[in-house]
Amino acid sequence: MNPPSHGPAAGGAAVPVAGGVAAPGASADGDSLLARLRPLARRPTRGLSLTRLKRIVRLGLKSLWLHRLRSLLTMLGIVFGVCSVIAMLAIGEGASFEAQEQIKNLGSQNIILNSIKPPEEQKITDRGSQRFLQYGLTYADLRRIQYTIPGVTIVVPGRIMREYVSNITRRVDCEVMGTVPWYPTMRNHHLAQGRFFTDLEMESRANVCVLAAEVVPSLFPLDSPLGRDVRIGGGYYRVIGVMEPRAKATASAETETSGRGGSLNRIFIPLETAKTRYGEILARERQGSFEAEKVALHEVTVKVDSQERVLPVAEAIKAVMERNHKKADYRIVVPLELLKKAEQTKHIFNVVLGSIAAISLLVGGIGIMNIMLASVTERTREIGIRRALGAKRRDVILQFLVETVMLASAGGIVGVALGIAVPYLVTHFAHMRTIVTFWSPLVAFGISALVGIVFGLYPALRAASMDPVEALRHE
Amino acid sequence: MATPLVRFENVSKTYQMGPVIVQALREVTLEIHAGEYLSIMGPSGCGKSTMLNVLGCLDRPSAGRYYLAGEDVSQFGDDALSATRGARLGFIFQSYNLIQQLTVVENIEVPLYYQGCSEPESRARARELAALVGLGDRLEHKPYELSGGQQQRAAIARALANDPLVILADEPTGNLDSASGAELLRLFDDLSAQRKTLILVTHDTNISRHAARTICLRDGEVESDLRQ
Repeated sequence: MNPPSHGPAAGGAAVPVAGGVAAPGASADGDSLLARLRPLARRPTRGLSLTRLKRIVRLGLKSLWLHRLRSLLTMLGIVFGVCSVIAMLAIGEGASFEAQEQIKNLGSQNIILNSIKPPEEQKITDRGSQRFLQYGLTYADLRRIQYTIPGVTIVVPGRIMREYVSNITRRVDCEVMGTVPWYPTMRNHHLAQGRFFTDLEMESRANVCVLAAEVVPSLFPLDSPLGRDVRIGGGYYRVIGVMEPRAKATASAETETSGRGGSLNRIFIPLETAKTRYGEILARERQGSFEAEKVALHEVTVKVDSQERVLPVAEAIKAVMERNHKKADYRIVVPLELLKKAEQTKHIFNVVLGSIAAISLLVGGIGIMNIMLASVTERTREIGIRRALGAKRRDVILQFLVETVMLASAGGIVGVALGIAVPYLVTHFAHMRTIVTFWSPLVAFGISALVGIVFGLYPALRAASMDPVEALRHE
Repeated sequence: MATPLVRFENVSKTYQMGPVIVQALREVTLEIHAGEYLSIMGPSGCGKSTMLNVLGCLDRPSAGRYYLAGEDVSQFGDDALSATRGARLGFIFQSYNLIQQLTVVENIEVPLYYQGCSEPESRARARELAALVGLGDRLEHKPYELSGGQQQRAAIARALANDPLVILADEPTGNLDSASGAELLRLFDDLSAQRKTLILVTHDTNISRHAARTICLRDGEVESDLRQ
């Protein structure tokens, strides 16, 4: 009969042992069925044990599984939210990484000066007075920068001519750049084969050249160009090296900063050789027009001894150039400034993406809340039954909250998986660089679980605040 | 004499229904001792359900005191009432009130879960209880796969699961055919024979005849209190 004692009562409530009240005449009827039941082992359920949580989770899974389609559709909101967060961040991160990489390739300690053709009207008046169009950086500028501005360590001048370059019958329209032997190290553009020209070759005005990787397939499709001769304009030059191919984006950044519609087809020759072969005046006859211009240097790269001094040195160069050039026939590009701008852009990008992600997760959360409210109404009766059978308010809250959080986290997990897969597809099909940072899936998943808690709390509280009598009467 | 298991002292319950104040229980004073088999009768609207809700700690009286096993539960808060229901009371409803998505054995386990029983323990006890009410071969069935009589027997097993001091039944045979109803009453007789305290709400005199004591309510007051 009434087996042992009515143990320490469950829960935090004060229900003392019922002692002698319970069963006068207990232990009679020893053979009754009830007496043969195993004794009831009550345990206080204060706090939340792992086994208890496991049972709640299993219970939640059961009721979510009962409405499979509904649960799935509710999850989708979170899935897309999380997926878009991760994918967008990965694409943004990739793009900004690419941009920074480009700028770093220009050299963060470098300042690049370019000659640019002054505005059109001046050119016409110049032409009217039968003079050559003269503009751009001069050797005097070079010397002024090198010797008067402190902090400037190396200066790399460059002179660019457009020429046809040919190997017997193959002909390519190229930019021939006369420069100095330390150009590769300064511009982070290294050699793939052979070597760059030396000081000796520079001084002796040797006819040697280094090809850009992009030129090689059209000039030497079958064999190695090393040791062969190419014809540039009127002279023959021996090929002594081939540069590494430039990443597409870096090259485009380079041509953009150079301010000329530059091409990838570049050939490097010693500056002294270029001076001797081409002189100061470049005449061009193209498509029936004639143009003559006198440009001493097209490009000057200035290396500053430390990164902190880049910006002041750039200011100094600007001042020097402004004093000596009446026309705006030059341009100064500071990669470090670009880098800082790129970082700013990245920051803005992240804020925008973050708000889009927040909105999509908010929408997902509202979807979850909506369904949970419907579920609470639908299960009013069950809530009443559970309350009658001893469930406390917090048991009910926990049950519904766990369900919501499971729904949201399951959505989060699927979203993370998709969010990691999508950037791969983007890279594969759209050839865009993407970087999934290791924290973005974690954060996205964390937020989705948080959404589950925030949007699950109200329905759970509503379920718990129901009057058990009313809930039991609910149809 | 032993302390009564249930003691009502001038228990009143009033409801506000719109502008009207309904007095469902008027100063009811009552004692029920352990092992009693009691039926509460009366016409509809006499306060039977209210009485059962108060007895079952689902509702607090508006005035008066309710002592359950010597404790004044009329002063309990929500959590303490839940704990009392879980530890001391068993409920049987007219419409069975089994949880539809759970199997028979899982339904019987629900009160045990809130008592903090470990899973293997509660599973074993639920099986024994199911066997006790003759559902040993229906353990894994869902409620909708069972007949009304079987569902009500599952509900009885559930009501016994937490080894309650008092079993409260609200029109337990109301939805059953006469054969199942009779079977159910036999089960109640058995429980009573094993000195379980049973409180049965009904308006059927045939059923109340099984009980040793019958209380008739009228307009929220005890009209008669008869012992057979």
